[in-house]
Amino acid sequence: MRKVGVFVCHCGNNIAGAVEVERVTEALRSYPGVAYSIDYLYVCSDPGQDLIKEAIAERDLDGVVVAACSPVMHETTFRRTVAAAGLNPYLCEVANIREQCSWVHRDDIERATLKATQIIETIVEKVRHDEPLLPLAMSLVRRALIIGGGIAGLQAASDIAAAGYGVILVEREEGVGGRMAQLSGTYLNFDSTVDLLREKIEAVTRNPHVTVLTRAQVEELGGYLGDFKVKVRRQGNDEEYEVGAIVVATGYELYPQEWLSEYGGERYPDVIDGLEFERMLSPTGPTGGEIRCPSDGRVPQEVVFVQCAGSRDPERGVAYCSKICCMYTAKQAMMYKMQVPQGQAYIFYIDIRALGKGYEEFTQRGMEEHRVLYLRGKVSKVFPQDGKMMVWGADTLSGKGVEVAADLVVLATPMVPSAGAFELARKLRVATDKHGFFSEAHPKLRPVESLTPGVYLAGACQAPKDIPEAVAQGSAAAAKVLSLFSQEKITHDPIVAVVDSELCAGCGICVEVCPYEAREIHPLTKIAVVKEVLCQGCGACLVACPNKASQLRNFTPTQVMAMIGALV
Amino acid sequence: MNEDFEPKIVAFLCNWCAYMGADLAGTSRIQYPPNLRIIRMMCSGAVDPVYVIKPLLDGADGVLIGGCHPGDCHYQEGNYKARRRVAILKNILHQMGFDEERVWLRWISASEGQVFAETVTEMVEALKEKGPNPLKELWGT
Repeated sequence: MRKVGVFVCHCGNNIAGAVEVERVTEALRSYPGVAYSIDYLYVCSDPGQDLIKEAIAERDLDGVVVAACSPVMHETTFRRTVAAAGLNPYLCEVANIREQCSWVHRDDIERATLKATQIIETIVEKVRHDEPLLPLAMSLVRRALIIGGGIAGLQAASDIAAAGYGVILVEREEGVGGRMAQLSGTYLNFDSTVDLLREKIEAVTRNPHVTVLTRAQVEELGGYLGDFKVKVRRQGNDEEYEVGAIVVATGYELYPQEWLSEYGGERYPDVIDGLEFERMLSPTGPTGGEIRCPSDGRVPQEVVFVQCAGSRDPERGVAYCSKICCMYTAKQAMMYKMQVPQGQAYIFYIDIRALGKGYEEFTQRGMEEHRVLYLRGKVSKVFPQDGKMMVWGADTLSGKGVEVAADLVVLATPMVPSAGAFELARKLRVATDKHGFFSEAHPKLRPVESLTPGVYLAGACQAPKDIPEAVAQGSAAAAKVLSLFSQEKITHDPIVAVVDSELCAGCGICVEVCPYEAREIHPLTKIAVVKEVLCQGCGACLVACPNKASQLRNFTPTQVMAMIGALV
Repeated sequence: MNEDFEPKIVAFLCNWCAYMGADLAGTSRIQYPPNLRIIRMMCSGAVDPVYVIKPLLDGADGVLIGGCHPGDCHYQEGNYKARRRVAILKNILHQMGFDEERVWLRWISASEGQVFAETVTEMVEALKEKGPNPLKELWGT
């Protein structure tokens, strides 16, 4: 029988404050299979880990249960610890008595203590039936797929290619450059985006390691980290590529103006959004860079900019702050004033969010040097009257209503994920948040990774971002890809399905239910085989198997039944 | 309703959503009754109906299966499989004369710590209304 060691963590007062740790430790001592049980202040500390290593050596343990925080926190740590003591890491499991016990039952020490004991007992049962496993070796294709040729995608592509690895850049439009190519200039110094981009585009398109596919879209994705199979539809033809990593950089579009009916966007030609104004300001745009009213081509003398047009408004638009609008609106108002010095620019705002190096000074410049008039309040209605656009708003600082007969109204509508992002997320098996932005693996510590191994995120596909942030994230995603590509070999978690060839009847049900095409019926033996590197360990096959020939390693029915047995 | 009765609930939570939701309830320090014992599964689609029946036969008062919201399954469609299996299982339990409302299937995302805690609280309340699992007395477990 397995000799299991149990290490119960106090986590300072986090666990010990609601669970009588000594009592738990004592109770476990007499539980079947437990050879050793001890509590410690912080098991994750170096002395705590040494305690585990020493116990393995001295007491000849062949299973370890650490009762502490969630396995999400330190399972890897403790598995590394037992491996250092010569024990197979998969014989170590974590019992979650902090997040799922002490932190949620602070008022009932008696029952929390009982619950903690039972939680540990279930994990002891699991460890008693765990088998030692070895990571599976996987192939690694050192070529990256980048989806989206905007500034974030271009940055990632140029960084990866500069390190000498192949890049396939898929862009659905006619050319690369993305939204940045549609802008006039950048804020802070009015640099021409076209000039800034040209350099970046050349670095990518002239690099022999990069293949740029335009008017192309990802149709299908198979495979896994290190060995993805991508089907790209380009100009009507399907092409297959093998890549080891994927960077999603699909960017954004603006919230549809017609959904904000009170502002009359799409109904009145002289109400436009920020991107349309950018096209007007851009030397490559339809007016050659001249600001004109779309209705009759006159030079607007009064321009009203409406910030938070649909953002920070959970009832009528989106709840989040679109982040870049305060800055680009300030820039647009200044560019207007430079072109039409006698004109008047008004900006309706809720508050100014100028969070960045030099950003606050920039908006101040707009107010002081360019005499842009900031009005704190929301616009309630925009409607046409006598050839002008009447803007009704409030100035909450003076407490009065404001009425402006404007020639042009520019709505700072929020950034939303670009069309098709959701469908793409499904194909890539990557999670999205409730707004449709791609979800990062961890909001603080893993901001450029998705939860799907091998898929990384860059730019506004993850959340509203300005150019420097998109560039930074593009480079960060590239760094992740490069650290993957620089590994000699990569391994796959061995928690995969296994087939008992004695029990398998070859019915093929498991082949049908497997979402990863990790199953096939062997042509000669006529029984099911598992393609281990494709198996993600979801366990669908083991429920479906009528003979219970399919099992998931270290999640076997024997284990689950024993765990249930420990509870009831 | 017996005020002293504390129902015993076994929960099978998927590793990616419901288990993380339970963790978040802890991180957020949301308090809920300590009647539930969690068994971590990789996916709600890996919950064999036998795993649900076994604790009920052994005298547990309720079983909770927690998975990702429809469309959010980490394994694409495991939660749909779970949904179909649980529907069939409940039907069978009902035909066997067992109160199928002791089995709950709930979608709880990783960001829904509050939803998880509320689910546990509601389930404990509902099971208190129902009283102990009758099999417990019948079979003396």
